[in-house]
Amino acid sequence: MATITAEHEHEASVQDASPEAVVVRFAGDSGDGMQLTGGQFTLSTALAGNDLATFPDFPAEIRAPQGTLFGVSAFQINFGSSEITTAGDAPDVLVAMNPAALKVNVPALKPGGLVIADTGEFNKRNLEKAKYDANPLEDDSLAKWDVLAFDISALTLEAVKPFGLGNKEALRCKNMWTLGLALWMFDRDRQPLIDWLNGKFGKKNPVLAEANIAALNAGHAYGETAELAGPLKKLHVDPVPSEPGLYRTITGAEAVSLGLVAGAQLAELPMFFGGYPITPASAILHNLVKMKEFGVTTFQAEDEIAAICSAIGASYAGQLGVTSSSGPGIALKGEAMGLAVMTELPLVIVNSQRGGPSTGLPTKTEQSDLYQAVYGRNGDAPMPVIAACSPADAFECAIEACRIAVQFMTPVVLLTDGYIGNASEPWKVPDPKSYAPFPAKFLEESNNGEGHVLPFKRDERGVRPWIKPGTEGLMHRIGGIEKGIDTGDIDYAPAVHQAQTDARKAKIDGVAKAIPAQDVCLGEEGGKLAVVGWGSTYGPIHQAVRRARKKGLDVAHVHVRHVWPLPENLGDLLKGFDKVLVPEMNTGQFKTVLRDQFLVDAKPLTKTSGQPFAIAEIEEAIASFFDGVPGHVEGEVAVNETQLPNPEA
Amino acid sequence: MNDMTPIQTTLKDWESDQEVRWCPGCGDYAILKAVQRTLPMVNADPKNTVFVSGIGCSSRFPYYVESYGFHTIHGRAPAFATGIKLANPDLDVWLVTGDGDGMSIGGNHTMHVLRRNLNCQIMLFNNEIYGLTKGQYSPTSRVGTSSPSSPVGSVDRPALPCAFALGSGARFVARGYDISKDLPEVLKAAYEHQGAAFVEIFQNCIVYNKDRFDDFTQKKVAADTQVWCQDGEPLLFAKGTKGLALDCDTLSLKVVDVVAKEDGTPDWEAAGVAVHNVKNRGLAHMLVEMPFGAFPMALGVIYDDPRPAFETEVVAERAKLIEGKTADLGKLLSKGQTWTVEPEATHGLMD
Repeated sequence: MATITAEHEHEASVQDASPEAVVVRFAGDSGDGMQLTGGQFTLSTALAGNDLATFPDFPAEIRAPQGTLFGVSAFQINFGSSEITTAGDAPDVLVAMNPAALKVNVPALKPGGLVIADTGEFNKRNLEKAKYDANPLEDDSLAKWDVLAFDISALTLEAVKPFGLGNKEALRCKNMWTLGLALWMFDRDRQPLIDWLNGKFGKKNPVLAEANIAALNAGHAYGETAELAGPLKKLHVDPVPSEPGLYRTITGAEAVSLGLVAGAQLAELPMFFGGYPITPASAILHNLVKMKEFGVTTFQAEDEIAAICSAIGASYAGQLGVTSSSGPGIALKGEAMGLAVMTELPLVIVNSQRGGPSTGLPTKTEQSDLYQAVYGRNGDAPMPVIAACSPADAFECAIEACRIAVQFMTPVVLLTDGYIGNASEPWKVPDPKSYAPFPAKFLEESNNGEGHVLPFKRDERGVRPWIKPGTEGLMHRIGGIEKGIDTGDIDYAPAVHQAQTDARKAKIDGVAKAIPAQDVCLGEEGGKLAVVGWGSTYGPIHQAVRRARKKGLDVAHVHVRHVWPLPENLGDLLKGFDKVLVPEMNTGQFKTVLRDQFLVDAKPLTKTSGQPFAIAEIEEAIASFFDGVPGHVEGEVAVNETQLPNPEA
Repeated sequence: MNDMTPIQTTLKDWESDQEVRWCPGCGDYAILKAVQRTLPMVNADPKNTVFVSGIGCSSRFPYYVESYGFHTIHGRAPAFATGIKLANPDLDVWLVTGDGDGMSIGGNHTMHVLRRNLNCQIMLFNNEIYGLTKGQYSPTSRVGTSSPSSPVGSVDRPALPCAFALGSGARFVARGYDISKDLPEVLKAAYEHQGAAFVEIFQNCIVYNKDRFDDFTQKKVAADTQVWCQDGEPLLFAKGTKGLALDCDTLSLKVVDVVAKEDGTPDWEAAGVAVHNVKNRGLAHMLVEMPFGAFPMALGVIYDDPRPAFETEVVAERAKLIEGKTADLGKLLSKGQTWTVEPEATHGLMD
């Protein structure tokens, strides 16, 4: 969590473009229609109810020579969900329609920001005009940023083909294509633009109107089908990398992959990854395929069930089995997860959560699989659950998941979500030597003197030995049927099932002794209000609590990584606060867990729009605990009620 | 199996201390014995042997063999086996499944383990019924099977496991039955085949589908109703008085009468009897699809034409991918896209 904790004490360095605001810069050749694009985007922003400020920046010449550096035209917009006072310093997103536009504008882009570039314009001639020696899209010079480069020119030509425009005229529709993509990224309605285009060209040149609308729609459709990470940039929390050191950008999917590899290395085990393609989890499979020198085997299975079953098979054979999916896939894996609980084999199950139920919102984020992770299996099947709070944190959490799986012979669920998976942030590259290894141990000789091996003989933590097939003299059978104490032989006896159910529960409860105590990540222990989060709500909660504290409110941020079992001190910690607020992107799942475990009166703040929380939403909820505004459910009315305006009157 | 010295075991060595809990008279007992006979024949090593099963009567099998065993979940044994074999290709993996487990709930996995050609032996015990759930009709039950879930007879048309296997790309398909004395020979051939070896074993469910296979398994009818496929040998049955020949007009098999030569041996060539060729996929399809009654039941090794095994290919692909690469975690973490924040510096931009 290096990049996130680093942020706490550097509030002053937070720039104007605060995370609930986004700065987008459209840049292209003067003839590319960037101002028109920016203007229309501004219109749609206003229609979407955002506050905004813009900065049109165009060359003096009406038509500067094409492709030149001084001919670059740009339009910047800063918009957000609360008051915007400037056009923003550094853009979060740069749309570069040609090499010159990139060259001029990219230095201003925030580290970790997104570049969208039209590869169709990155030809030799334009690169020369922009004074590039090499194509920046093809070397590492843009490494600090996310780059989405594709041939917008060709895609536009394709989209407007039916309208029989000349090549030049057709290419003029590029800006509408780009605008369509931008509208998709920020979830904007296309209709006002379509109306505007019809109004502008409709009577004089209906074909041109139709072509532009087609380009707009095509850009929008491209975003939808290509599943770009775009919309999530809207509330991209940008931790300022102020600690000295080596940094890189990292997405959650990359961080999970690297963390799993690091975890397997720390366990001194080869890793087996069984996966089946699903949005947004597939990226983990794609990443791990490229890391096979670390003893990684990847297997693209025929379905989600086979993916987890193969991973359990590999764990049985002595590797670290890993599988990953998203909610619907995890549902399919449920029975096999139960088998891993029953046979007590290590396994890591990564769930990149998305909006549900069923297919739900495949490309949108949600935290609604918490019940599924903690409770979602038949029988009493306890399983540790860890939740990553940011892309970089996913690295630490993946290692932690591997550690618990191996040390406790148990499946472990690692929760991320679509936002964490796709979002990228600067990450201070950790030193692998700074992590304590947790080498796996295999039973090499009988644990029963001369007799048959006892595969379910537990140690003082309730953990059974890991026995690899191929080991001389330790032949034994395991399975999903209830098993006798120590022997593991089939045994349905009432006392045995009672004892084994208790033992499985006790083992997982005991994991709480092997995890860090819960800390308060902002504010003091005890006080008026604790805002308790888990997972990717970290950013907006943290900013909201910070702002509330600046206003002098007695509020603290507690962010829980170990969702199950919960840290041992969490109950006492929460009881030290008068009130507990739990913002989460579901209908109140973690709130229920906290209430159940600690009998604390946790209040939910829920959101299930497929969009991350806005800081303002959490700020407002926090305020309702303090300001006594009528109508606020949790408001503690500090003043005489009769003095307040009465909305009923 | 890397050991140079052959492992010497006896049938007894392969018996676990667990009490066998199938119904008295169940065909599974005979299959268990056949497997325990086969393992010493092929010099199998108990410590390197893993039996993997799904759910059902047949899937209790691993508990009774003194080796490693994994009784998994319904239909998924092939997926577990794939993970086991990819994690440790030196293990001998045997899959035990049934007609419900392997053809119904696990049909998908059966298909994929076969097309991938994982080096393992797949024994599908076909009793044409769901036994452990008390007798419902299964995907291999014949039309009209009356059962608790089909009181007036089932209407589903049955699947043919061997045809399914061939269709899925299996490179080894064989058939046997529980009480057959030749079953160990069939299993031995399956073991020796490098790749997925599919063996359908007809098995008598004494309780819910009793004597279903008597038409060809009973001693008095066996000779006339069984054709044992042997590579390079003519497809003869009924003590050499009948054979299978190719009908070139319909491109299908037909039963022909064979007369004895003067020395008493059958003059099969004169009758046009086909010679079995285990590498002939077309012939294999015809043999497994012969309707029983008009035709005999084809048994033995019907098809055996090896291709490189899946785990071998995976290992080779990995070796190719990692050639020249070293596993340096520090390097991996700082790969490609990095910049340095100097002390004192604000988060200035990289030039």
